[in-house]
Amino acid sequence: MLKRLLLRLISIAITLLGVSIVVFVAVRLVPGNPVAMMLGPGATAEDAAALEALLGLDKSILVQYWIWLTNVVQGDFGTSISLRQDVLTLVLGRLPATLELAFLALVFAALLGGMLAVTGTIRRGGWTENGIDLWNGLTLSTPDFLWGLFLILVFGVWLQIAGISGRISPQLDLPFTTQFYLIESVLRLRFDLTANLIGHMWMPALALALPLSAMIGQLLKQSLKETMHLDYVTLARAKGFTENQVIWREAMRNALAPTLTLTAVQFTHLIGGTVIVERLFSYGGLGNLAIDAVINRDLPLIQGIVLVFAVIFVLINLAVDLLYAVLNPRLRHG
Amino acid sequence: MSAYLEITGLNAVLRGTRTRVLRDVSLSVSKGQVHGLVGESGAGKSMIGKAILGVLPRAIEVASGRISLGGQDLGVLPLRERLRVIGSQTAVIPQDPLTALNPSRRIGPQMTDRLTRTLGWQKTRANHRALDLLEEVAIRDPERVLHSYPHELSGGMRQRVLIAAAFAAEPKLIVADEPTTALDVTVQKQILKMIADMQTRHGTTMLFVTHDLGVVARVCQSVSILHSGMVMEEADIRTMLTAPAHPYTAALLAATPRYTDPEASLVPVSDTVLAGVAEAIRASDTLWGRA
Ligand SMILES: Nc1ncnc2c1ncn2[C@@H]1O[C@H](COP(=O)(O)OP(=O)(O)OP(=O)(O)O)[C@@H](O)[C@H]1O
Ligand SMILES: [Mg+2]
Repeated sequence: MLKRLLLRLISIAITLLGVSIVVFVAVRLVPGNPVAMMLGPGATAEDAAALEALLGLDKSILVQYWIWLTNVVQGDFGTSISLRQDVLTLVLGRLPATLELAFLALVFAALLGGMLAVTGTIRRGGWTENGIDLWNGLTLSTPDFLWGLFLILVFGVWLQIAGISGRISPQLDLPFTTQFYLIESVLRLRFDLTANLIGHMWMPALALALPLSAMIGQLLKQSLKETMHLDYVTLARAKGFTENQVIWREAMRNALAPTLTLTAVQFTHLIGGTVIVERLFSYGGLGNLAIDAVINRDLPLIQGIVLVFAVIFVLINLAVDLLYAVLNPRLRHG
Repeated sequence: MSAYLEITGLNAVLRGTRTRVLRDVSLSVSKGQVHGLVGESGAGKSMIGKAILGVLPRAIEVASGRISLGGQDLGVLPLRERLRVIGSQTAVIPQDPLTALNPSRRIGPQMTDRLTRTLGWQKTRANHRALDLLEEVAIRDPERVLHSYPHELSGGMRQRVLIAAAFAAEPKLIVADEPTTALDVTVQKQILKMIADMQTRHGTTMLFVTHDLGVVARVCQSVSILHSGMVMEEADIRTMLTAPAHPYTAALLAATPRYTDPEASLVPVSDTVLAGVAEAIRASDTLWGRA
């Protein structure tokens, strides 16, 4: 067990190191010069050289990387070029907004996908299942940002029943001490604020959730259907349990594993999707910050954001492995 | 002696077609008796059991016929009520103990969920009951077994667990579907004797599916011989063994090894007999086609 954990930690470290190298090189390969962006037109070559030296961009890429890495290891991610603030502070300040959005989207996707899967399993082989397949095909083949545009069009423009921008209404007095607004509003029993937050979040969350809900719905339905004619399920039916009870008590746990893996992989995609969707809804999260950083060629900020995303992805995969062990008693004992 | 299980004119078809899987099946089993269902693979033995319990595969549906338990026609009951009757009055001893237990649930809840969920027992009472029954099937450390997962038990142990679970709610009817075929030959006899003993002790009516006439002779009081989902002969065990009415039954008997003379050469079922069987099926299908 300890050995497995150790191996796991080593592989995580290697992954993160790899990501850091790739992003470090990639941001330097894309066209666009941060120094030129900062100085604007009319600056002299001497000005540019001075600024380059100040930012450390005059050194070789290897030396740059080494300096950056040693700093990062000590918790210093550098200073944002465009915002002139500490990168780590910036990123950690925006991260909670994105995490809350992503988790709300995950909850939506799981609920919606789970519901579709269970309904489709109970009504398998009939028109209801065909309808569900059709719906899943539609939601799956439409990307999240198109769903975002669609929702904005329907609820914001035509029906005008929902605000379409921001994280929370700006005129509100906020009692929060952390950036986890949604969680804090619940803990402080300020459900008026929770409602306001959800009112802002549901559309981007739904846009992110719909494609994933289709994947969960289809795969879980497939696994459930395969499980439903196994012997122990038939035996449970003969105990006088309804189809619904049989699905939840006997089939779900055993059918869940493949869906769990898929959801984990796709959840990282979903977090990637927040970049555009947050922009679409002017939601003040990490994704929105990332787009600004790219536009401004803010190298330290981009590197910081990507590394934080990488850490999140690694943690998600770790969480899934742990969940696997909980779901499957054979793994726990083995 | 009154019949506890009574099936009359049961026809099951591939869903949405007129193709029959069970052909006009009728049989009755008296209270406390063991009735054998015999036939070669694919004869429809398991289908009869599943039709009674309402767990037919999706692809198959009952087209006509009546199944009654203790005089109660199951077909006229609303779904909830039928589930309650099935859950409280029947149980199954399945064929394969390796696949009949949920791999991700502990043995205890799998044994007691019928008691607590369908019959509304208290959890402690159900657990006591499970422990008693595990002792009855000669499991040494019942407490530990209750807390085990299926993969921690051997095949024989699991089948005992399933037998104990089947008797837990004192069902009126148990469907035992080839309960020993998946087991090691060395434990087969032992398990068979255990089932027979428990059936006698608890006075349970039993439908015993097997393709082994030797087993039938040991545990059953009456028997139905099946071919292609059709009952060829229904008889008490003595009649079947000594004076089979149907040539197919006689042929099956001749094809079964005997204790008395294990060396005797076995006669495969002859083509003439099979032709007779095919003729009977064709006749039945013609009638069915006109209906
Ligand atoms: N899921 C299914 N869909 C369609 N037909 C099926 C299905 N299961 C079984 N059948 C058909 O029903 C018939 C009866 O099957 P059944 O399982 O009752 O046979 P059996 O007598 O129990 O045989 P065995 O000794 O192999 O268990 C077979 O001809 C089989 O082809
Ligand atoms: Mg069978």
